[in-house]
Amino acid sequence: MIKGKAFVLGKNIDTDQIIPAAHLVYSLEDPEERKFYGRYALSGVPEKQSGLPKGGIPLVEKDKFESEFTIIIGGANFGCGSSREHAPAALEIAGIKAIVSPGYARIFYRNSVDGGFVVPIESVEDLSETIETGDELEIDQEKLELRNLTQKKTYKIKDLGSVADIINAGGIFEYARQQGMVA
Amino acid sequence: MGMTLTEKILANHSGNKSVKPGDNVWVDVDVLMTHDVCGPPAISIFKKQFGEDARVWDPEKMVIIPDHYIFTKDKYANRNVDILRGFAADQDLPHYFDVGTDRYKGVCHIALPEEGFTRPGEVLFGTDSHTCTAGAFGQFATGIGNTDAAFIMGTGKLWVKVPETMRFEFDGDRLPPYLMAKDIILQIIGDIGVDGATYRTMEFGGPGMKAMNIEDRMTLTNMVIEAGGKNGVVEPDEITEAYVRKRTDKPFKSVYSDPDARYHSVRRYNLEDMVPMVAKPHSPDNKATAEELEGTELTRAYIGSCTGGKLTDFIAAAEIIKGNTLKIDTYIVPATTEIARGLETEKVNGKTLLEVFEEAGCKIGRASCAACLGGPEDTFGRLNSDEICISTTNRNYPGRMGSKQAQVYLASPYTVAASAVTGKITDPRVFIQETII
Ligand code: SF4
Repeated sequence: MIKGKAFVLGKNIDTDQIIPAAHLVYSLEDPEERKFYGRYALSGVPEKQSGLPKGGIPLVEKDKFESEFTIIIGGANFGCGSSREHAPAALEIAGIKAIVSPGYARIFYRNSVDGGFVVPIESVEDLSETIETGDELEIDQEKLELRNLTQKKTYKIKDLGSVADIINAGGIFEYARQQGMVA
Repeated sequence: MGMTLTEKILANHSGNKSVKPGDNVWVDVDVLMTHDVCGPPAISIFKKQFGEDARVWDPEKMVIIPDHYIFTKDKYANRNVDILRGFAADQDLPHYFDVGTDRYKGVCHIALPEEGFTRPGEVLFGTDSHTCTAGAFGQFATGIGNTDAAFIMGTGKLWVKVPETMRFEFDGDRLPPYLMAKDIILQIIGDIGVDGATYRTMEFGGPGMKAMNIEDRMTLTNMVIEAGGKNGVVEPDEITEAYVRKRTDKPFKSVYSDPDARYHSVRRYNLEDMVPMVAKPHSPDNKATAEELEGTELTRAYIGSCTGGKLTDFIAAAEIIKGNTLKIDTYIVPATTEIARGLETEKVNGKTLLEVFEEAGCKIGRASCAACLGGPEDTFGRLNSDEICISTTNRNYPGRMGSKQAQVYLASPYTVAASAVTGKITDPRVFIQETII
């Protein structure tokens, strides 16, 4: 079960909005440098579209490295644009556990899964116009439900399908080890 | 049941007689490419997972091309190039194109074919979304992340879900003199949307393909990612083979779609009916014709990148710019050092391209990605505030070329050059009908 506060965005959130290219220079390994990916996660989203429906809410408050939000609710084609794995990594570093969107750009989806960063969940409908930033959510992957505790509503989510094994293993390396493909 | 070109390549690289869309297969990789932004994190994952002393599966098959953040004072960006250099030396990698040496190339997707790494029938992965460009050579090529790249570095393999194929069929014997491949792909993306090809292959073919040279084809496949496509592909023909043969003597085997291959959908376009197109801010599918936007005020023009920074793109721009003064700041960035040299030798009306651009007052940058993706603040051509730019690049999401206050219109080199002359969005037919026809 993944629980936490929702952060809501519109459609076509591309990787330059998730982590602007100017910040791609930091090391993802070095514990001090790595934190900056959290600080700048989603900093490329135009202000009015950041934290819908009101807007003007940054994912991470100024000068902080982590977000108070845990679950991103996005519109269609989430993560389009470049292949930078820094994008799902930045969201994870900011404290995001899962994204819920009606559809993903494929490289972002694949990177989220293979790197084991965030769980990309597909919703049946676009929830970016019903859920509000700050709503308390609960994602139940067994019942395939997303519960909005604030608004007292329940929505369907899709099964993870053929990538479930990789997500459950924690990424492509862990999966390949389980399968005996790598030592 | 027959197979598409993409299905055939995935079948013969995974030891299967046949595959169908939706199958998950492990494929053998012919070439893995990485650059300065994604190479360093891929290398650290490789070391963490396979051990500090691990060796790359096949040094001949790994290509490292620094190109993104090259001419900058940013210390982290420079450190990333140092990491690549160190890794190439430790691993004895023969195909590393180091910054500051004669081997330096510039934008990876153009450097790959120039150096003979794009070959029909092969599988190429790269840590960059525009790796799909290489599909112009009749191969399977797609972008991946750092973790997948690290996995390939250790194993030479990667899992792929076999995509469905959308076919785009071109009729017509020639491209009208004002039309470029950029217009065609902007039209297609506008028609199907930025997620219109998500998870799918975009296969380009039909009689009109013969009218497109290899650089035109690269412009088409380059932007399939802007429609969400997994890969783009053009069936190889004598144009492809002639190009590849000049660049490598490695053997390759061309693969073609079967006549009874199954497609997700087929769309037809007649090249002779198409017109100059523009993608308005802030999405590549926000289409309009150049004519509809005629008169829109601009403050900058930019000609460069893996989409619109090839030699034929600069020849096209120079045809319009020659003898004109420009109303707005115009930036010229050759994709590679080979193209930069071409600017000094290729001529229009007796003048080299470089002379044409310099006389018109263009600002000329060094081969690299430069402002295509914004980059560090001191990047050449970067949009640092509320510029309104018309550009031959491939993406115009908020902040792509720097500031999120800026606005970017995407267009062909003809349209960008015509607009640079007038300072407003201008349909290139205004110039081309006078001077060329
Ligand atoms: S030129 Fe632009 S699109 Fe091409 S590889 Fe460089 S940053 Fe990416």
